[in-house]
Amino acid sequence: MAFINYSAREINCKLVYYGPGLCGKTTNLKYIYEKTAGEAKGKMISLATETERTLFFDFLPLSLGEIRGFKTRFHLYTVPGQVFYDASRKLILKGVDGVVFVADSQEERYEANIESLDNLRGNLREQGYHIDKIPWVLQYNKRDLPNSIPVEELREALNPTGKILDFEASAQTGTGVFETLKALAKLVLTELKRGNK
Amino acid sequence: MSLTPQLVLFEEDHKKLVAVSERLTHDANAKAVFLIDRNGQLVTEAGELKGIDTTSLSSLVAGNVAATTGLAKVIGEPDFPIHFHQGERDNVHITLVAQRIIMVVIFDDRSSLGLVRLRVKKAGQKLSQIFDEIFKRAESDDGADSPFAEISEDDIDNLFSD
Ligand SMILES: Nc1nc2c(ncn2[C@@H]2O[C@H](COP(=O)(O)OP(=O)(O)OP(=O)(O)O)[C@@H](O)[C@H]2O)c(=O)[nH]1
Ligand SMILES: [Mg+2]
Repeated sequence: MAFINYSAREINCKLVYYGPGLCGKTTNLKYIYEKTAGEAKGKMISLATETERTLFFDFLPLSLGEIRGFKTRFHLYTVPGQVFYDASRKLILKGVDGVVFVADSQEERYEANIESLDNLRGNLREQGYHIDKIPWVLQYNKRDLPNSIPVEELREALNPTGKILDFEASAQTGTGVFETLKALAKLVLTELKRGNK
Repeated sequence: MSLTPQLVLFEEDHKKLVAVSERLTHDANAKAVFLIDRNGQLVTEAGELKGIDTTSLSSLVAGNVAATTGLAKVIGEPDFPIHFHQGERDNVHITLVAQRIIMVVIFDDRSSLGLVRLRVKKAGQKLSQIFDEIFKRAESDDGADSPFAEISEDDIDNLFSD
């Protein structure tokens, strides 16, 4: 949940990138880090294995500017996508304000996407959140790859009601990365405006 | 939406917390004292270490506490309320306050673990009281005085205008 600091006149929100192993969560953060001006970002921290798989989390602090005299700060986290790191995923989800679910568009990852979204739903529920009640957006990543399946098929599996904002992306080249982030940031701020808690 | 209420900190809260933290820094001969939300957000800082990257520090401390708390559950402990990391020059002493706040004390050989422990205990009680009030207020608050109650769609859009 957001932290509103009247003393420092800032508001802090926690955004989490979720999704199956190797879907491109860390690549999203790296791209955001590279393309963000120096004063608007802090250090990116990656707690990763020797083979660059996320072990615990990646962390990237961003400040987006001011709203009515309050600095808006977003703390971006990624979870480790590999199935056996579920305990760590639960820890990182604590206190979340919004989620980007990164799906891997490759045909062979179709089921992994569905399982990971189920896992997100379950882990949120364990903490008393319902996925329908929190701000989240979908990103269909790796659209550049020839073995990616049509977006309609992904949408049918992951966003059957079509109510969730979704974006096509290629995190490696950056296509769709900022669109995804902005959409979520907007949803989170709108939620704060409604004073929902 | 969430189980724990949003943390809302006012100027008066900040002053009280800083006063206790500064007192602790002094009494414990510490280099610095940080109060960090369990989600990794810095609440206040006191002491001489002000030049360091406190954003990184906060997220790593919170990750560390989250991981060890998870570990505690695995072996059947409710929590590890105290963590201590010993370095060559500086040491880090970490305790939980009011369940949701992490108090970090950084000290070197001008102090000792015994002294830090002793002073942390007393300061922890004071901080608990202050935070209990803050959280109680947050629970009863209907969000009406949130600075975000008044913002418009345009305000939000303007953030992303470039
Ligand atoms: N072609 C292509 N490759 C991508 C894209 N996004 C990520 N990758 C590659 O996919 C691999 C895994 O990306 P990561 O960002 O490390 O994946 P992750 O989701 O963080 O994986 P875990 O940390 O294990 O959960 C890397 O080799 C990336 O370069 C993309 O849009 N297109
Ligand atoms: Mg990763």
